[in-house]
Amino acid sequence: MLAKRIIPCLDIRNGRVVKGVQFENLRDAGDPVELAAYYNQEGADELVFLDITASHERRQTTAELAARVAEQVFIPFTVGGGIRSIAEMRAILKAGADKISLNTPAVQNPELITQAAETFGSQCVVVAIDARSVDDRWEVYTHGGRQATGLDALEWAQKAARLGAGEILLTSMDRDGAQTGYDLALTKTITESVDIPVIASGGAGGPEHLCELFEQTHASAALIASIVHDGNYRIADLKQALKARQIETRG
Amino acid sequence: MKTPLPIAIIDYGMGNLRSAQKAFEHLGASARIVSQPSELAHAQALVLPGVGAFGAAMRSLRKSGLAEILVEAVQSGKPFLGICLGLQLLFETSDESSEETGLGLLKGKVIGFRSQPQFSLPVPHMGWNRLRFRPDCPLMRGLAPSDYVYFVHSYYPHVEDESLICAEADYGGWFPCAVHRENLFATQFHPEKSGETGLRLLKNWLDLIE
Repeated sequence: MLAKRIIPCLDIRNGRVVKGVQFENLRDAGDPVELAAYYNQEGADELVFLDITASHERRQTTAELAARVAEQVFIPFTVGGGIRSIAEMRAILKAGADKISLNTPAVQNPELITQAAETFGSQCVVVAIDARSVDDRWEVYTHGGRQATGLDALEWAQKAARLGAGEILLTSMDRDGAQTGYDLALTKTITESVDIPVIASGGAGGPEHLCELFEQTHASAALIASIVHDGNYRIADLKQALKARQIETRG
Repeated sequence: MKTPLPIAIIDYGMGNLRSAQKAFEHLGASARIVSQPSELAHAQALVLPGVGAFGAAMRSLRKSGLAEILVEAVQSGKPFLGICLGLQLLFETSDESSEETGLGLLKGKVIGFRSQPQFSLPVPHMGWNRLRFRPDCPLMRGLAPSDYVYFVHSYYPHVEDESLICAEADYGGWFPCAVHRENLFATQFHPEKSGETGLRLLKNWLDLIE
């Protein structure tokens, strides 16, 4: 059966890896291609590159990054961050990326999801949802978590799937950077309501958090950042822990 | 000494070709992305990659004249590797497209996971899965049953001649994911995205065509 995936996420600004805690307080952490090759060797199942370069500073850089990664890394990778046109998507996919992640532009123009799916196939289209708990539901935020939309995360996830998304990258803003575990209630709610794969993100602080994520929700994959970027754990440690709990992983 | 002709990776506007090219180059082979039917003759072997929709892919292959030349080349014995959509296009028809027929090099049809009640899991089938493969398949040489390969697809082939199936995968039910007939090989998974295991499989194919 399908293995649960572990996916390191690299935040990129101006071609360099940075790292966000609660979406702020960023610090430089190296060359994206080197880091990608390193995580590939470490046993990462996929990679996500989130380009947070302000859009007016960015031109070809995202596609160039994808091209450099594709030369050295033979596992799937997703590129996201500010991509808002079919032409940009085509350039990045042509450079060697496997999937495009859409966040704010998809909320602003949901039709973009359908256009992308019809042009490249649903499997290329990841819709990223940043959700924050509000009373007894979750609200969608855009612009790197700075802007509330009033949209209900569950409804938006279902709509995104209907419009042609092939996968959902679901980030809990409440947990992001906190290392206190994934938001299991949020992940459970979304994974039980859509029939496309969901990558859970935000909150991983140790192997136990990944185990409970996969035991208690239908998440297909776990996004990780700080726990491996900081060197506290290696991907092999995380996979070992999952295996010990009879959760299928690769390698 | 004559330099061997390159491998032609066929560009018909569907998806990620560069990864396949880079994977072959990583293994020391020369691989070119080609889009003109005339270029196929100057290739040692053909690779048909691709992700996307069956109908659009066949329209593009027919419009460019690649479909006809491709079928002739495979029938004349040129080594061929189809990947993902490049496997599905070999068959006669697909549930994904009512208008376009496939290349018809293999008998059978392509069906959707969603139309089959036993596959109740999320679609696309996306991620790393293991193979149940025939140990005598030259493409699988050196692979272990514990090795994983990467899949991204919503459709899979129903292969009429089951003896052509060289690997299957389990996604709530077993489905064929690699086929082999003489000079023709095809995989539903992406060897170019399957890490070391995938590179090994591509190396096996390169060894075969040398």
